[in-house]
Amino acid sequence: MAYSDKVIDHYTNPRNVGTLDKSSHKVGTGLVGAPECGDVMRLQIQVDDNNIITDAKFKTFGCGSAIASSSLATEWLKGKSVDDAMKIDNMDIVEELALPPVKIHCSVLAEDAIKAAINDFRVKNGMEPIELEKSHH
Amino acid sequence: MRIFVLFKNYCMNIPIYLDNNATTPMDPRVLDAMLPYFTNKFGNAASRNHHFGWVAEEGVDYAREQVAKLIGASEKEIIFTSGATESDNLAIKGVFEMYKDKGNHIITAVTEHKAVLDACKHVEKLGGRVTYLPVKEDGLVDLAVLEAAMTPETILVSIMYGNNEIGVIQPVKEIAAIAHRHGALFMTDATQAVGKIPVDVNADGIDLLALSAHKMYGPKGVGALYVRRKGPRVKVTAQMDGGGHERGMRSGTLNVPGIVGLGKACEIAGQEMESEAKRLSGLRDKLQNALTVLEESYVNGNVDHRLPHVANISFKYVEGEGLMMAMKDLAVSSGSACTSASLEPSYVLKSLGLSDDLAHSSIRFGLGRFTTEEEVDYAIEVTKKAVTHLRELSPLWEMFKEGIDLNSIEWAEH
Repeated sequence: MAYSDKVIDHYTNPRNVGTLDKSSHKVGTGLVGAPECGDVMRLQIQVDDNNIITDAKFKTFGCGSAIASSSLATEWLKGKSVDDAMKIDNMDIVEELALPPVKIHCSVLAEDAIKAAINDFRVKNGMEPIELEKSHH
Repeated sequence: MRIFVLFKNYCMNIPIYLDNNATTPMDPRVLDAMLPYFTNKFGNAASRNHHFGWVAEEGVDYAREQVAKLIGASEKEIIFTSGATESDNLAIKGVFEMYKDKGNHIITAVTEHKAVLDACKHVEKLGGRVTYLPVKEDGLVDLAVLEAAMTPETILVSIMYGNNEIGVIQPVKEIAAIAHRHGALFMTDATQAVGKIPVDVNADGIDLLALSAHKMYGPKGVGALYVRRKGPRVKVTAQMDGGGHERGMRSGTLNVPGIVGLGKACEIAGQEMESEAKRLSGLRDKLQNALTVLEESYVNGNVDHRLPHVANISFKYVEGEGLMMAMKDLAVSSGSACTSASLEPSYVLKSLGLSDDLAHSSIRFGLGRFTTEEEVDYAIEVTKKAVTHLRELSPLWEMFKEGIDLNSIEWAEH
């Protein structure tokens, strides 16, 4: 199975690799997946006072598609409001990266990571976590 | 498409093939031996009454001698098949059917190739009982555990010679002795071992042995099953019915060019094995030593009893498929789940007691006859760079570096 050019591009030049200060109340951190499953994503967002995501960083342990999915997610997150970020659907990632069916779980993981980061930010700032749909797995 | 790159003033073809346990390129000498049998010498080896049949038969007979010689057998003990999978099936199902009045128990090991495991599963459906022995942490069968598993009903012990994923060499001679002491036959899938290390059916006490041409620089689609004729005379029930070829054990018109190629491959392997094993284990050790300098990298399987051309290494905190993508200049294989249709990591590595995350982080390097030292040097450089790059991306590596115990984290259901 060959990778799409977009996967290769994100894999070779991953955007926004790194770490934000997870103790800051402006930062939300989502850590999803498990080493046993071969995928772990950590996605972080920095949110300003207007509820806009000003920065996003990731680190991922996983296959090329998992790395590309999280790299793409950070690109999409920057500049979005938290509410809009909540609307990112895994199928948007599948489409953008042309992921084959066996790699759809990578996009699901990225969506879960976004939501986990947003919820971490909400809880830190005294908001209720958003009830998530039942996990796709 | 392969391209050429200049590396240390050496021009080489990229990607570099380091997956010789999956298959090997055919040796040009083998191809030369085969070619006439596609055209001028096209006869059916079973045509007993004209020149064309005789010529083909002569080619097959000669190949039978070449194969037999490599494993210390007599040519009458060689049954040609379509490959090791068929040989494994014929041996296991054939022995079960032939000897089921004597007993219905077969012993094998969890690290066997799927061809053996699935043939055993089939035997279970036919009413047989199969014991799947665990292996020790180094991948070797525990002889005491084997001994304890033997019963008066045991008709066959089937343990591979060299493992395809980690390259460990089982104590075949000792295993055969235990099987024989309890009145059972001993079969070995020697696909990875024949042609790489000395294998002698008499010295080792082997009753049935499966081998394949394409793992030793021969063509795909041809292999053989050795079936002992003396002390004891072993019989297998045919799994393919038809014209009664191969002493009735395997019907079907013989693949003459393939068989000639298998013979030639065996002859070359026999002549070059000693020097080649020395050269390859030297290169393999160079690769392994250079890569285990990296922090948190581990060699999987016993390193003292191992095929000379294989090294299976886990690079902790990076995922195998992601790693392979960063090493796209190298053709290697990973025990990671993502490379296969199933999402389970390698069952061989898991049966060594490796945690799933280490199994996901493994890369198998399989060197071969056409691997050069410059290629190994290049592979070292590419792999080191890739591991370092992926660790920079890995949240697990960051946690490890911060001293966080990954086992203390409650990972989300996935």
